[in-house]
Amino acid sequence: MSKVTVTFIVNGKEVTLKVGPKERLIDTLREQLKLTGTKEGCGIGECGACTVILDGKAVSSCLILTGQIGGSEVLTIEGLEVDGKLDSLQKAFIDCHAIQCGFCTPGMLMSAKALLIHNPHPNREEIKTALEGNLCRCTGYEQIIEAIESVAK
Amino acid sequence: MVYSKVNKPIIRVDAYEKVIGKAKFAADLYFPNMLYGKVLRSKYPYARIVKIDIEKALTCPGVEAVITADDIPNNEFGVIVQNQQVLARQQVLYIGDGIAVVAAETKEAAAKALGLIKVEYEELPGIFDPEEAAKKGAPLVHSELENNQVVHHRLRKGDTERGFAQAEVILEREYTTQFVEHAYIEPESLVAVPYEHNTLVTIYGSIQNPFSCRNAVASVLKVPLNKVRIIQNHMGGSFGGKDEVMSSMAARAALLALKTNRPVKMVNTRDESILESYKRHPYKMKYKVGATKEGKLAAMEIKCLADSGAYACQTPFVTWRSVVQATGPYELPNVKTDTYGYYTNNVYTGAMRGYGSPQIIFAQESLMDELAEELKMTPMELRLKNIYHNNSITASGQKLDNHQVSLEEVINKAVEASNYKDKYREYSKPQSGDKKRGIGMAISFRGCSLGAEATDAAGAIVAIQRDGSILISCGLAENGEGLKTVFTQIAAEELGVDIRRINYMEVDTSVSPESGATVASRSTILGGNAVKNAAHQLKETLAEIVAAEFKIKTNNLDFKNENIYEKNKNQKIISFDEAITLANQQGIFLSVYGWYKAPDISWDEENGQGRPYFTYVYGCQIAEVEVDTATGQIEVLKMTAAHDVGRAINPACLKGQIYGGVMMGLGYGIMEEVETANGYIKNTNFDEYLIPTVKDMPEIIPVIVENPDPHGPYGAKSIGEPTLELGAPAIANAVAQATGKRIRHLPLNLERVLLGHSLSKGGTKK
Ligand code: FES
Ligand code: FES
Repeated sequence: MSKVTVTFIVNGKEVTLKVGPKERLIDTLREQLKLTGTKEGCGIGECGACTVILDGKAVSSCLILTGQIGGSEVLTIEGLEVDGKLDSLQKAFIDCHAIQCGFCTPGMLMSAKALLIHNPHPNREEIKTALEGNLCRCTGYEQIIEAIESVAK
Repeated sequence: MVYSKVNKPIIRVDAYEKVIGKAKFAADLYFPNMLYGKVLRSKYPYARIVKIDIEKALTCPGVEAVITADDIPNNEFGVIVQNQQVLARQQVLYIGDGIAVVAAETKEAAAKALGLIKVEYEELPGIFDPEEAAKKGAPLVHSELENNQVVHHRLRKGDTERGFAQAEVILEREYTTQFVEHAYIEPESLVAVPYEHNTLVTIYGSIQNPFSCRNAVASVLKVPLNKVRIIQNHMGGSFGGKDEVMSSMAARAALLALKTNRPVKMVNTRDESILESYKRHPYKMKYKVGATKEGKLAAMEIKCLADSGAYACQTPFVTWRSVVQATGPYELPNVKTDTYGYYTNNVYTGAMRGYGSPQIIFAQESLMDELAEELKMTPMELRLKNIYHNNSITASGQKLDNHQVSLEEVINKAVEASNYKDKYREYSKPQSGDKKRGIGMAISFRGCSLGAEATDAAGAIVAIQRDGSILISCGLAENGEGLKTVFTQIAAEELGVDIRRINYMEVDTSVSPESGATVASRSTILGGNAVKNAAHQLKETLAEIVAAEFKIKTNNLDFKNENIYEKNKNQKIISFDEAITLANQQGIFLSVYGWYKAPDISWDEENGQGRPYFTYVYGCQIAEVEVDTATGQIEVLKMTAAHDVGRAINPACLKGQIYGGVMMGLGYGIMEEVETANGYIKNTNFDEYLIPTVKDMPEIIPVIVENPDPHGPYGAKSIGEPTLELGAPAIANAVAQATGKRIRHLPLNLERVLLGHSLSKGGTKK
């Protein structure tokens, strides 16, 4: 099958790539761009480990075909830290012990970031709704919520 | 005692790399020239393999190697019993058995090649129920064995017949539990690299127990241990789950890497993970209990059947923990317990957080509530009449005389924090409407570390570098729980230095001292002691140098705040850095091995008597629920979890263990079940295997109780597993109070709550 050329922005930088028609965004990020911070946990849109921000919205990158996002803007976990300065959410995750194994962490942070972009002061329920699609098997979610609350105040 | 580094919620030492997305998990590794490995798995749960034809697959473009059992020097491995096949040779024994592995230039090519392998099967009638497997003359899962029994553990104390004769109330009940998936969010993954740094093969992977993985790979390849090197990566969760399944993956990848002389990466999809990986054992449990009218327990008889699935895996030890703890923490003069494991053609079962305790605790804590009801007592009253105290004698005949037996304390603290008494009274009254509330408790004692399962020791290297920075290397592996942070705190406390001086290395089996496995909630107590011992030796060495230099007695020196002080004058003598320079100048070696061997234990297999564990932890969890009796929906409103941990080295990490364990217990209690029918697995991804999401989370109240244990570093014991083992029975007891109906089967799902039984379900043929 023939490849298509697609141009989009990743973490502020424009990239032009050749991708297969069935290539998923998660594979483009991890394998072509070596942005391995985005994780794969299920491949069917259920775990949220692959969450990135696409044009301001949190999406499961395992469900997006790269060929279809020409002209879009993608933000991944690698783009959260700017000029060596952690995003306040990243800092809060560290300070609030919101991390155990850390495999869900990039996805959690991206869902939280997307939430705060649209709603800088969410309440606990709104935070839970934003994280509903992100599974974590380690933390019981409590310290993750606390971390986001500490930034949302 | 005031500490400066331990007993403090210090931030995790591995947090930064995890929040910036740079922490490397095995699937994130890329090596030049790397191939991708994929496994062809069985089509049937039980079948004879007539023929495997790999010719077509071999000629598929991009394919570099195809391996079957015939290419494997030693096809069987196992920690306890060596009967797990790396690849099925003559028979497939369960639906996840591998038949062939392929290495190809791309994942796509590997997947395509799998489709080109032709396997001719002769399907065989399998056995899927351990009760059937136990029958005389049952078809054999392993044809070379005499019967299907994996193991039988016995415990005999007193005379149960006499005990029951004296009892005024006797209750007999049966309870069952289900297959459960670990559901670590990171699926199994690793890379095998051939001929790197003078080893035959190096494996970088998400491996819970690097040393048992090394044993397996070396024995499969038939090479010495020093030719195989396992380096642990960040692990995306394990919970007991990344052991044998990783050994198997590592052996397959190693074979492919050696055959092609190229690095080989293997990453399971979620479906592959759920199909192949081992599960928590389902148990069938028969309990008989006798008590006096006053509620004093007189006798207990217990029979537990565990489904081991196709392989022995950890069944012999899992059922051993069950036999030791099956009565729960209650004084009983007469006990007769038998636990059994049987082979079936179901998915195999192994270690999962709790390890043989969640099943029996569900039964025994449900039973206590049923007995309390029979005796017209409150669940709390009955428990308080019978629980262990200092100097109690356990069912194994062990006198609990070397640590604080804090059951009463944990119960009281949980009761207070949850307002249990008032709520119990309130919910005992008739409730109007469909939604009914209930509150339930469960308690446990848990033996720390391995017990009489295996030799119990751990080692650590603490090495001070020329510039005063410090490396720690231990054979115990971070699973995400915070082990690196806890060990770093212990070394920092001992040496009186800043956390930032210390770097905790990943486990590397060619360098780190072999310390057994990161299992059984043993890391803090065993590894913590080893690190403390190593740091202490270094401190003594430095103290001697400083004492000689400044003509002070060594015991008059104090290491704190990055300096060394003269104790009686509270005066700084020299900084830590200057002391290191001094040592360097004198040519003193500042790298030491620390070692800790657990205190002696004993066990008599015949009667199940002895000292199975050197110390215990105690916990109490209380669940408050609301059940919609119209729909069967259970909402857990609040969980209170009180755990005596000895000493909290890092209270924030510890709370994380409690939150996470409670959530997993909730999943076990009301949501999770790997649905099998005739050996097929139906729910192989997160759309059907449901684990708790943030919306399922109740309010969780952690209550940390600290009674320092003489054996633990700074008094610390365990927390990982106790947090998970109490949720299901506490919820079951709460649901029983709310609905007046007792459910004796896990999980307590909608149908069971509503109809009293589960609707038929299960897997289908592929
Ligand atoms: S990997 Fe995309 S949602 Fe799970
Ligand atoms: S921290 Fe392990 S899955 Fe969330």
